[in-house]
Amino acid sequence: MAEILVKNGFVVDPTNKIDGEKMDIAIKDGKIVKKVNERKAKIIDASGLTVMAGGVDIHSHIAGAEVNMGRLIRPEDHYKDAVRKTKLTRSGTGYSIPSTFVTGYRYSTMGYTTVMNGSFAPLKAKHVHEELNDIPLLDKGTYPLLGDWWFVLENLAKGDIEECARHVAWMMQSTKGYAIKVVNPGGLESWGFGHNVHSIDDQVPNFCITPREIVRGLIKVDKMLNLPHTIHLHTNNLGQPGNYKTTLDTMRAIEDLSTDGKPVAHITHIQFASFAGDDWGKFRSGADEISKYINAHNHITLDMGQVIFTDTTTMTADGPFEYTLYTLSGHKWVNSDVETEASGGIIPFTYKKNNAVNAIQWSIGLEIALLVKDPWKIFMTTDHPNGGPFMSYPRVLAWLMSKKAREATLKRCHKKAQKKSLLPSIDRELSLYELAIVTRAGTAKALGMPNKGHLGVGADGDVAIFNINPETTDIAKKYKAVRKAFKESVYTIKDGKIVAKDGEVVDNTTPGRTMWVDVKTKQPCIINEEMKRKFREYWSIEYENYPVSDHYVKVSDKLTVEASV
Amino acid sequence: MTEFKSVVCPICGCLCDDLEITVENNEIVKMKNGCAVCEAKMVYGYKSEERILKPMIRKDGKLVPVTMDEAIHKAAQILVDAKYPLLYGWSSSTNEAQRIGVELAEELGSTLDNCASICHGPSVMATQEIGIPTATLGQIRHRADLIVYWACNPWTSHPRHVERYTAFTEGRFEKSEWKNYMLKLKGETGKKKIEAASKRLGQYSPPPRPQVCMVDAPPKSIQKMGRKMIVVDVRKTKTAEAADYFLQVEPNKDYEIFSALRCLVNDQELDIDKVGGVPVDYLKDVADAMINCEFGAIFFGLGLTQSLGRFRNIEVAIALTRDLNRRTKFVISPMRGHFNVTGANIVFAWQTGYPYAIDFSQGYPQYNPGEFTINDLLRRGDNDATLVISSDPGAHFPKSSMQNMMKHPLITINPDMNAISRLGDVVFPAQWCGIEYSGTAYRMDSVPIPLKKVVEPPPGILNDQELLERILNEVRAIKAQKTEVQTKVKGEVRSAAKTVKKTAKRTKRKVA
Repeated sequence: MAEILVKNGFVVDPTNKIDGEKMDIAIKDGKIVKKVNERKAKIIDASGLTVMAGGVDIHSHIAGAEVNMGRLIRPEDHYKDAVRKTKLTRSGTGYSIPSTFVTGYRYSTMGYTTVMNGSFAPLKAKHVHEELNDIPLLDKGTYPLLGDWWFVLENLAKGDIEECARHVAWMMQSTKGYAIKVVNPGGLESWGFGHNVHSIDDQVPNFCITPREIVRGLIKVDKMLNLPHTIHLHTNNLGQPGNYKTTLDTMRAIEDLSTDGKPVAHITHIQFASFAGDDWGKFRSGADEISKYINAHNHITLDMGQVIFTDTTTMTADGPFEYTLYTLSGHKWVNSDVETEASGGIIPFTYKKNNAVNAIQWSIGLEIALLVKDPWKIFMTTDHPNGGPFMSYPRVLAWLMSKKAREATLKRCHKKAQKKSLLPSIDRELSLYELAIVTRAGTAKALGMPNKGHLGVGADGDVAIFNINPETTDIAKKYKAVRKAFKESVYTIKDGKIVAKDGEVVDNTTPGRTMWVDVKTKQPCIINEEMKRKFREYWSIEYENYPVSDHYVKVSDKLTVEASV
Repeated sequence: MTEFKSVVCPICGCLCDDLEITVENNEIVKMKNGCAVCEAKMVYGYKSEERILKPMIRKDGKLVPVTMDEAIHKAAQILVDAKYPLLYGWSSSTNEAQRIGVELAEELGSTLDNCASICHGPSVMATQEIGIPTATLGQIRHRADLIVYWACNPWTSHPRHVERYTAFTEGRFEKSEWKNYMLKLKGETGKKKIEAASKRLGQYSPPPRPQVCMVDAPPKSIQKMGRKMIVVDVRKTKTAEAADYFLQVEPNKDYEIFSALRCLVNDQELDIDKVGGVPVDYLKDVADAMINCEFGAIFFGLGLTQSLGRFRNIEVAIALTRDLNRRTKFVISPMRGHFNVTGANIVFAWQTGYPYAIDFSQGYPQYNPGEFTINDLLRRGDNDATLVISSDPGAHFPKSSMQNMMKHPLITINPDMNAISRLGDVVFPAQWCGIEYSGTAYRMDSVPIPLKKVVEPPPGILNDQELLERILNEVRAIKAQKTEVQTKVKGEVRSAAKTVKKTAKRTKRKVA
């Protein structure tokens, strides 16, 4: 494999505490090494450019049954964004839910090399893996929805956490998942009969359990199994005015579970869970309360779920929430319940500047990201495509890095939002160093990926080079230039190969790996005839046909962990 | 003797995966759990005498066996030479083959369509108009207490649907209605026996048919607790006989009935007595049953998608389901026919963004049902070559379509000598998907299920995926050669032009 030497770039690598130092990065055999033979290596002159590790996205819906249903029902979304076939690349379509190949190309040309898929229903795991195989140039992983799985509910209701852990371990292996995803715990099961839970202490019908017990139970399971990532939590009451209280309740309910000061849960798309006010008319931001709590505690990490003003498609496993959106908008609505496990919903949605609620939502995301002092606690996402498509990341970065950029957008927002927004009072502007944390270093750390998100020796040879000269450019003022720079990386290097250059894919031979966790429990989950019968009763497919066999993963990257049960 | 368990049945959209199959001497000799349709294919059909064993090419009007390489080259040549080829079929093939199919269509700049085009295409279009509240079949099995089969007859088309997923199966929250059905059946048989006996005794006079309408009044049982089944159709089918209530509608009046039900569900009054041949009072009872259930499910079939109104029928059915969701929980689901037609929609959608009716002639995918759907293309006579895979349009398409298809070269990939294979110019043999090779298929509710290989295919036959890969490679090779030749020719022309110019100059000078 070719050797690459990136020379004289301004290296920003927060994991190794390197902040804009001029240095060389050497890559050999797909890994970062100390040095390479300069005569043999391909030299990339990065003088005047910023060098970072490849981007790591912690939460983005790029594949699976839900995502594909979104594609299928929105031809109007694709008409405006057709992608031509080239000699190297496949054709496809965008916009808010790009086809698989286009997803890979677009992420890659933005300097991203690792993307984690937000959720999938375990029953449809094969589907998500088939799609991940068709997303090139990226390393991928995906989170199975386990918060409303009947086995989990029953075992936790019984109080048998160890048995629950063994089942979760079995599920992780069989679906080739990466982390435990919990969506509206208890709510999805209630949605089976058209109901929902409204606080963390509501009873889940038919199961004698509350959301509080589910979340706490699964955090304990996560710890027992030594999974690399914490549980990935989408809180109750998401998208309802006043829900910041539920979010705070949830965070308080798990405070005591962090014993070593490490995070125990990742609350995803926090923007959608930080609404204050009693109803849509009195809608306001709960960012202040949430960020104060986060600043005082260390057991939670967050990602933004920033809203972009554009036409997009909302999709989540939170069926009842999508139903609420349907009753609000009357737009085309997909509901897709999955037996024994989850539900799901899709609604196309346009976030408008002149809509007070949308504009306040936009403000909330940025407020939390800026008010949380420690960038290792909150990461940049748009919950693609819920808040906006991932192609809008550069816009979010510009807002984070420049007060001027925020002002430029805010002054065109609804008057009510302008009045209520906390943004004018926030002067903080993220530096390149902090930016590298919220897009790569922090996310890789939260995901428990020691080889990603940094440029230290031994890390994966994933590098992104951007056209930003921190010495000559005042990024806060020249936010448009910065936005452009993050839109198209000068170089994206994946596994030691230059895959994209100046916004175009130049090498399409890297399929990318699928990362999954193989949990070795001391006692395996017992699958006897009794269990198989139960299986047949719970699902409508046979036990033998349930697991994702190895050939469903084109390039497998198995992480084996030893569990303590 | 080998026994296979949990084998998936590759026939209808139910994809039952609990078959137990016994194989002896590379032949399926016994099958357990499957329905009659399944047995027909899995035990007998796949060993058909009409099996194609060798690739064939039409020479002087006759199909002549050739080697695989020759057939692949010929097929690739046809596809490359054609200006606007058409690739069609896919619904009885695996996802893995369909993926290659999209790549091939893209490489050729052709049109790509699947069988949804002639079955549930309208359902897809309606979904694109209005969305769809749906659920996996297991969810319906566990929870549904009201099941409505609308314009479909699963008893014959999806024989195990009722038994595995709906009324006659035990769910966590709902019990099976199997016993009640048996009781009802016994009662009816008894009644018939008595009738027959009294006929013989000459004491029988048939009860006068009600003059008001053909429809019976809904029985009280559709308002009961527990599972209920309602069938809506234009004629009394076997499924209708098993139902608690059969609502017979006049042909092509489904839209009206749905609209009336929507009004009633939304508490509006209707000022007429009858809609689509059904008294409004009866519809009121049905609407009440729908509102009062805990979890309702509507299944609809081709009776809606292919009758007057087409996708508007589905749209209004989905609209009714949406309205019902404001009162209770309700889902709706299409009864997909072929075992992997759902998969074809899904695979096409993730690779191109569109489920069917796709055109690649501009270098990027375009979608327009009505323009790029196969019958519209064929009847306009747009295409100049066709590849048909795992499908038999020869037996089902209108004459006008087939006549235009036959004007141009036709490549077929099918396991046995069906109507379309007989018409082909290049005829490939194929393996039986789900019997002779494994792969993935999507059930009608989009649940992926792995198909199993249980017997060895006849020697020398490739599976769909391998075959398409080889055709694709051959197409690429021919195209590369073509461009090489073209550039060579261009170069030669250019140099020839240069020499002509030079000599012209020289002669000019000489003249001067």
